[in-house]
Amino acid sequence: MSEILNWIAQPFSYAFMIRGLWASLIVGVVCPVLGTYVVLRGMAFMGDALAHIILPGVVLAFLLGWPLATGALLVGVLAALAIGAVSKRSEIKQDAAIGVVFAGAFALGVALISMQRSYAVDLAHILFGDLLGVSDSDLWLMAGLGTLVLLTVFVLYKEFLVISFDPVLATTLRLPVSLLQNILLVLLAVVIVISIQAVGVALVLAMLVTPASTAYLFTRRLPSMMLLSAGIGSLSAALGLYLSFYINVASGPAIVLVETAIFILAFVLAPHRGVLWELIRSRQG
Amino acid sequence: MAQLLTRPPSHDVSAPPIQVESVSLCYNGVFALRDITFSLPSGQLVAVVGPNGAGKTTLFRVIAGILRPDAGLVHVYGHGPGGHVCIAYVPQRRQVDWSFPVTVKEVVMMGRIRKIGLFRRPDRRDWAFVHHALERVGVDDLGNQQIGELSGGQQQRVFLAQALAQEAEVVLLDEPLTGLDMPSQEAIFATLDELKREDVAIMVATHDLNLAAERFDQVMLLNRRLIAFGIPEDVFTRSSLLEAYGGYVHLLPEGDGVLIADTCCECEEEYL
Repeated sequence: MSEILNWIAQPFSYAFMIRGLWASLIVGVVCPVLGTYVVLRGMAFMGDALAHIILPGVVLAFLLGWPLATGALLVGVLAALAIGAVSKRSEIKQDAAIGVVFAGAFALGVALISMQRSYAVDLAHILFGDLLGVSDSDLWLMAGLGTLVLLTVFVLYKEFLVISFDPVLATTLRLPVSLLQNILLVLLAVVIVISIQAVGVALVLAMLVTPASTAYLFTRRLPSMMLLSAGIGSLSAALGLYLSFYINVASGPAIVLVETAIFILAFVLAPHRGVLWELIRSRQG
Repeated sequence: MAQLLTRPPSHDVSAPPIQVESVSLCYNGVFALRDITFSLPSGQLVAVVGPNGAGKTTLFRVIAGILRPDAGLVHVYGHGPGGHVCIAYVPQRRQVDWSFPVTVKEVVMMGRIRKIGLFRRPDRRDWAFVHHALERVGVDDLGNQQIGELSGGQQQRVFLAQALAQEAEVVLLDEPLTGLDMPSQEAIFATLDELKREDVAIMVATHDLNLAAERFDQVMLLNRRLIAFGIPEDVFTRSSLLEAYGGYVHLLPEGDGVLIADTCCECEEEYL
């Protein structure tokens, strides 16, 4: 018994592990909650693109000695609004337009950072996260921004629900649809900024879509989908952190792998929507 | 921002519910609507008829504010687009994700969110409205189902309930009767008659000219232009129908009226 307790408690004799746990829990809750909208609105590609577009912002902040989040937030919000504007009126299809900006910005970020001597280490941290390098001030920023995101999602719940489910109704009700869509994009940018430290630019997408997709298999109402995905996200974050401590894998990928494993289990076993359930049902005819 | 989201509905009660002035709209250089002008009094049940591609849906989408006309003005209770929240538009088939995690009750509640306003949650009174609306269209036992679990006819009635819960003063229904069995049609007509008594202006697009003649106060005959608008006896004249439908309608003279024998849309492609 005491061995198990010891196993659980031991990682947290290190201060950096405690900070890491807090950071991963924040990301594990905030990302999946907003991720439900990403999944339901089909914004996965947009989310991934936004994460990569933020890279030059992070690098510039790094080179100028600013807090990384400042640069990321600035570029992220600008990019979110720009994508919103471009996709509204443009001859180019939206996904192609996003692709062009996405790849270009990412290349700029990598180019900027490749001029540094510590290129490989820095790039790896930005791409895949550095959960154990989270500082106290990072943590406070993450908590503040995370609270802001959750509050906005709570306050604008009905409005986000309607623009996601039935934009035509939102228009006839005279809701400011494009303003609300832009707010959602800005929230997405903020969430990505929060997550970069934990899982990095390349893996943020998993935090957004994987727990939410898992929760989708079990729930029929948006609030329960949000709660369940936050539960899955935070559990995965904690488990992933243990994995990285005990078997010495990088923490970001460990968290994402746990989330993916839970998704695969759910995909096979979930009642009604799971593969196994459908197999049994089709057998019974 | 709060102001933007909760702009109060503004009404000029003395103005007609719908006033359309010289509205034109083009798709790729072709007129979908051309110089449409009419004014609709309240408490009237109006059928909008015309061949496929006559612009019935386009007209509804313009009135609902989803499409902007290239020329002309639409006023709802004296106000242009953005000044009112009292229009309910029920499309022929909602372009929504039917697997979206919402229940029937929540879908109906969506109609009320402007009434509820920003920063507020639906209260007991709002839920009573929703329940009553579901009762009126006869699907109150399905409130807790996920929206995709319903049949097509039930879904159509849920969106009518949404329009009721919205307390709309202008209701636009696009082909609500197509593919429905008689009891469902009657249920919808019963609801429309109730709404009429509440002084709601109702426009219904339909293919069924006989139904339009029998069950509606006024008929609007549309084929990109407004061909005729008035009580059915005045609208369904040989010349107006020929103008709207060309050779696709068979007119049998019968007494002083006209019997419309065939307005079928299925055979249209053969003629084209």
